[in-house]
Amino acid sequence: MNRIDQKFRENKKLLSIYFSAGFPNLDDTVPILKKLQTAGVDMVEIGLPFSDPLADGPTIQASSSQAILNGMTTEKLFSQLEGIRKHIKIPLVLMGYFNPMMQYGIEKFCSRCETIGIDGIIIPDLPVDVYHENYKALFDKHGLYNMFLITPQTSEARIKYIDKVSNGFIYMVSSASVTGAKSTFGNTQTEYFKRIATLKLKTPTVIGFGISNQETYKIACDQSRGAIIGSAFIQFLEKEGEEKIGSFIKSIRG
Amino acid sequence: MNYNVDEKGYYGDFGGAFIPEMLYPNVEELRNNYLKIEAEPLFKKEFDTLLKNYVGRPTPLYFAKRLSKRYNTKIYLKREDLCHTGAHKVNNTIGQILVAKRLGKTRIIAETGAGQHGVATATVCALMGIECIVYMGELDIKRQAPNVARMKMLGAEVRPAKSGSKTLKDATNEAIRDWINNPINTHYIIGSVVGPHPYPDMVARFQSVISQEIKWQLQDLEGRDYPDHLIACVGGGSNAAGLYYHYLNDQRVNIIAVEAAGKGIDSGKSAATSALGKEGIIHGSKTLLMQTSDGQITEPYSISAGLDYPGVGPMHANLFRSKRAEFISIPDQEAMDWGLTLSQMEGIIPAIETAHAFAALDVRKFGPEEIIVFNCSGRGDKDLDTYIDYFKL
Ligand SMILES: Cc1ncc(COP(=O)(O)O)c(C=O)c1O
Repeated sequence: MNRIDQKFRENKKLLSIYFSAGFPNLDDTVPILKKLQTAGVDMVEIGLPFSDPLADGPTIQASSSQAILNGMTTEKLFSQLEGIRKHIKIPLVLMGYFNPMMQYGIEKFCSRCETIGIDGIIIPDLPVDVYHENYKALFDKHGLYNMFLITPQTSEARIKYIDKVSNGFIYMVSSASVTGAKSTFGNTQTEYFKRIATLKLKTPTVIGFGISNQETYKIACDQSRGAIIGSAFIQFLEKEGEEKIGSFIKSIRG
Repeated sequence: MNYNVDEKGYYGDFGGAFIPEMLYPNVEELRNNYLKIEAEPLFKKEFDTLLKNYVGRPTPLYFAKRLSKRYNTKIYLKREDLCHTGAHKVNNTIGQILVAKRLGKTRIIAETGAGQHGVATATVCALMGIECIVYMGELDIKRQAPNVARMKMLGAEVRPAKSGSKTLKDATNEAIRDWINNPINTHYIIGSVVGPHPYPDMVARFQSVISQEIKWQLQDLEGRDYPDHLIACVGGGSNAAGLYYHYLNDQRVNIIAVEAAGKGIDSGKSAATSALGKEGIIHGSKTLLMQTSDGQITEPYSISAGLDYPGVGPMHANLFRSKRAEFISIPDQEAMDWGLTLSQMEGIIPAIETAHAFAALDVRKFGPEEIIVFNCSGRGDKDLDTYIDYFKL
């Protein structure tokens, strides 16, 4: 069974962390993964840096640029992750834009992921229908899940379609915005979370974008299976360093 | 082969809409409506009237006598430089502002490199009394100060794009992010035939007035409604798309596209996308783009800010791959020299982008009876500082 499905069978709310591979330093990827697992994080999204991250706010733009400057590439990331399953048991998801994957070769990309033990991929700029027509068979062959996003603007019909074709989880973008930490959620967001909850989707949902502290994490957990934290974690990492990852996770979970 | 867009939004292998889910409703709304809106008689009337009375269309098709004599061929210039605001860009912004109004949008965003599209957008927003925000790379804001002042005078807010390389591609990223953050009230007026479907097709349709006019103008002047060659400069490719549009599937017409070689194709400082680009995704479109082997988009270079885009519209990527069009690239120096030549032989000071197109005359031979139409896409006023620096005027 895919590790993502196994994780969602556990009777608990999930905390997932996103970080840009190669930031703050090129070789931080594996040490960060180990510390996240030790701190009790349930799942990790490893960000493949891209020069032009359209859906990202200033924090992830900056960490991506720095990672590229540090020398991070798709090949480099795969070589860092080689053998990672000796140490890391939690589900691992790669998150990145489509162009670098295309240049690497989608088939080769999927095959490397399978060998390493990656469980799923999130590609914000690869639309659901294009994925189904051209790439789904390939992902299936390599046992990889591809997770999709929904937003407050996504129509109910489209949400149901995405639910039907999804596996793993649905990534619920908290508000109409690019990535970035917010300190609180307003009424529009909580209403949207509730609206989705009443749809009784077959695929579990996880809320991301704008989760930054215990308050926003708790709201997300009340309305879905858990939360994904990206920008706030990267800001913490930059300020406090990876030694203190445990205390960051504690501050979120409370 | 049909060189227009297909019903799925592709030109051959290129095009499509590779957009984050956050943009799906906006782009879908546009896709569902742009053809309907464009076909409305009232829309057509309003568009045509503004092009005539506000932009100053039809623009002349001018026979360049001295130039024709020197090159022993028949050279016509389609005078888009005479459009209000000084370039072809306004054909598109007039069309898109009318679409935006019909979609009930109350806020306009745009990206700009040289500032021509920013000025054309600020102009139509002033005309309609709609809020206008233009994203411009921080570096370009410094390079193109007069156009920044024009946008401000027209009431637009110019927001610096400080990410990445701080030029056109980053301004485009910022505009897209703004659209993600403002999905309901905002329309994004893209400035060229780039971006996710339906933008390349929509912009090409608004620019197609250029070749539509050429058809009857040539009929009047030459007794036939088609030329032997069409030549345009290509940044994203909107003036070229307008020039080629009604001749795309007419094999009697040879199509020539001129890209900016910058300091030379192999110099590492170039914007010749067809020569240097590989298939990939930029700004929501599958097309040719300049990138590293790892798929990071690289920064192009040209002396003309309007040609230094790392990609090219999907229509042009297809014209290149299918060999329907000839692609040539012209270095800075030759383009600058042509700026001077056109000024002194025809009394027309061209934009530096436009000057690139004319250098095709030195690269390629044309017969004495052949009819060539150049798109004179813009005037050189905005480039005076660069001309002054370069020629020590
Ligand atoms: C006068 C002129 N010509 C050409 C261009 C290049 O754009 P496109 O290739 O979309 O026509 C520009 C862009 O700023 C321009 O100002």
